[in-house]
Amino acid sequence: MSTDGTGQGGEHASSSAQRTSGPVNGLVQLITPAGERVSDPEFDFWVRDITDEQLCSLFEDMSVIRRIDLEATALQRQGELALWPPLLGQEAAQIGSGRSLRDDDFVFSSYRENGVAYCRGVDLTDIVRVWRGNASSGWDPYSINMATPQIIIGAQTLHATGYAMGIQNDGADSVAVTYFGDGATSEGDVNEAMVFAASYQVPVVFFCTNNHWAISEPVKLQSHIHLADRAAGFGIPSLRVDGNDVLAVMAATRVALDRARRGGGPTFIEAVSYRMGPHTTADDPTRYRDPNELEDWAARDPISRVAALLDRKGLLTEELQQQVKDKSDAVARDMRDGCTGMPDPQPLDVFKHVYSTPNSWLDRQQDHYARYLASFGDPAGATLEEGAR
Amino acid sequence: MTQMTFARAINAGLRKSLENDPKVVLLGEDIGTLGGVFRVTDGLQKDFGKHRVVDTPLAESAIVGTAVGLAYRGYRPVVEIQFDGFVYPAFDQIVSQVAKLHYRTRGAVKMPITIRIPFGGGIGSPEHHSESPEAYFTHTAGLRVVTVANPQDAYTVIQQAIACDDPVVFFEPKRRYHDKADVDESGDPRRAEPMDQARILTEGSDVTLVAYGPLVKTALDAASAAADEGISIQVIDLRSLAPVDYGTVEASVRRTGRLVVTHEAGQSGGLGAEVAASITERCFYHLEAAPVRVTGFDIPYPYSKLEMHHLPGLDRILDGVDRALGRPNSLSGLEG
Repeated sequence: MSTDGTGQGGEHASSSAQRTSGPVNGLVQLITPAGERVSDPEFDFWVRDITDEQLCSLFEDMSVIRRIDLEATALQRQGELALWPPLLGQEAAQIGSGRSLRDDDFVFSSYRENGVAYCRGVDLTDIVRVWRGNASSGWDPYSINMATPQIIIGAQTLHATGYAMGIQNDGADSVAVTYFGDGATSEGDVNEAMVFAASYQVPVVFFCTNNHWAISEPVKLQSHIHLADRAAGFGIPSLRVDGNDVLAVMAATRVALDRARRGGGPTFIEAVSYRMGPHTTADDPTRYRDPNELEDWAARDPISRVAALLDRKGLLTEELQQQVKDKSDAVARDMRDGCTGMPDPQPLDVFKHVYSTPNSWLDRQQDHYARYLASFGDPAGATLEEGAR
Repeated sequence: MTQMTFARAINAGLRKSLENDPKVVLLGEDIGTLGGVFRVTDGLQKDFGKHRVVDTPLAESAIVGTAVGLAYRGYRPVVEIQFDGFVYPAFDQIVSQVAKLHYRTRGAVKMPITIRIPFGGGIGSPEHHSESPEAYFTHTAGLRVVTVANPQDAYTVIQQAIACDDPVVFFEPKRRYHDKADVDESGDPRRAEPMDQARILTEGSDVTLVAYGPLVKTALDAASAAADEGISIQVIDLRSLAPVDYGTVEASVRRTGRLVVTHEAGQSGGLGAEVAASITERCFYHLEAAPVRVTGFDIPYPYSKLEMHHLPGLDRILDGVDRALGRPNSLSGLEG
């Protein structure tokens, strides 16, 4: 589905700003875990254009990225990927925000926002390229206006802020959106990014997915107050939203985008969700996590609640469910085929793109390594056994 | 030709870059109204505005990190790190982001960022104001590292660094900021000698003396003093520290057979070690003696009343030259 994501704020924009100042109590929520659509005098406005058809589409998107995620996890278990960072449980946070963006907005995310990449139109094979070890970036950032997902925790928030400074200089109304987790909020870079963003009032949205766990460390180790409440200290308005509610996330993101486009500066969104899986496929959460907690959050599943809402509305037809299943199957198949069919990189690619201009040190090393490979009678080195390198 | 100080020459080069390319922006602490603590950016904010010459909050990681974002957006940022010892909070952004993004994105994203760092000692400052951290950066793939030793190079190379599509760490020898010389502003930096070429400053046949940044002047003084004793020294100003122009150094050592390399930074793991090793590999059979390093000690930068013991001066360099020549020197008779 596509939405223009702009909303038409007017009076509502300022009243939402009112609500977002000071300590944040409670969550913005528009769909309960049981699938009941609850009305909200302020935030209903921001999703008033979402038709039944679009709700079905959001349901499909969330189901598809869950399938992408499960398929990638399976590929890792089968030895086709070296590692995978699951997003299971965070589908609403990623789809609700990702579907609110315009093409000319620019995303600076962490490695877990593969659902956002899906919204940006990423090629499915590109999602797993990094995790197969075939590249350090799955895609050309300019092809989908999404930077290479960042592995250094929180570093990307500064890139988003700098990009937003550029938007401001250019006089454009695009927005830089940065995604990070609860753990990242303790990093200096995230705090410095908020200082700079507030100082220059640049169009950036800080989208914090509080999934409660930074590998084994619970969010209470990072902060004794709501993460959203930290923003006030920087003079940045914030929203605390049910991150498992796709409509609430969309409403909050639109409030933030609207403010940024109007020159109102940054917004901090805390999307409260839960990491249902491990940190990555190399992690074992049974070592540190109470299984009861997992059960509690399973009852707040982001996809089930939209399914329940669609059911209440009489929209969860067999036809819709079949359509979603077909789409998910097709996407998973394409991704798997793209993954297993990916050609291996060539040995001398290791030297490519370190610099954009010739470099005498590296040219010499490349020349020597090419001669070394050639000494095996195999200039490309493609068939060289690993032990012989 | 205009006579100007080193600092003024960089200022003139920055001004030219701001005039020639609307995508050039300057970021740093105190660089706007104040014109920088060394006045290198004096007057630039007044003439180019607050959006092109940006006073930043005091956060070095953010200064470099936002420059990365600006580069993503197509800008050509020039950041000032106020003093050498203040660069470390930005180390992650420089090493993990600036240096690697072009490689990471297979060339899709360029990082034409210039990181200006006043470096070196000799100005009587407290701790953190006199360091020579160049080896951290020359060891980092993806960065180019340059320094300059005279106002003309300062004027030209700062423009070449800014125009370069790769990230460049530009070290400014702060104790030379007030040295004056004639600067020709009429030349096109694109047609000047490339910044990654070393330069032979004096012809000499007995010893090759490699220096860069603040010690180039000291090296020239040493060569002049040695000439009085009949010793002929070829002084080379490296200019580019990554990559080093080994071709120029190698050609010289093939003739002189002797190498002395000097820098203010500590010895172990320093650039001098890399130069000595590379030259030994390249022309071992032309060497008449082991390469000699005359460097700062492996100590934290000392309090200022002792700094002249740490910094290689003319006499210590000449002592190193004597070692290379097998003449009587301070270590005569000492094994190893």
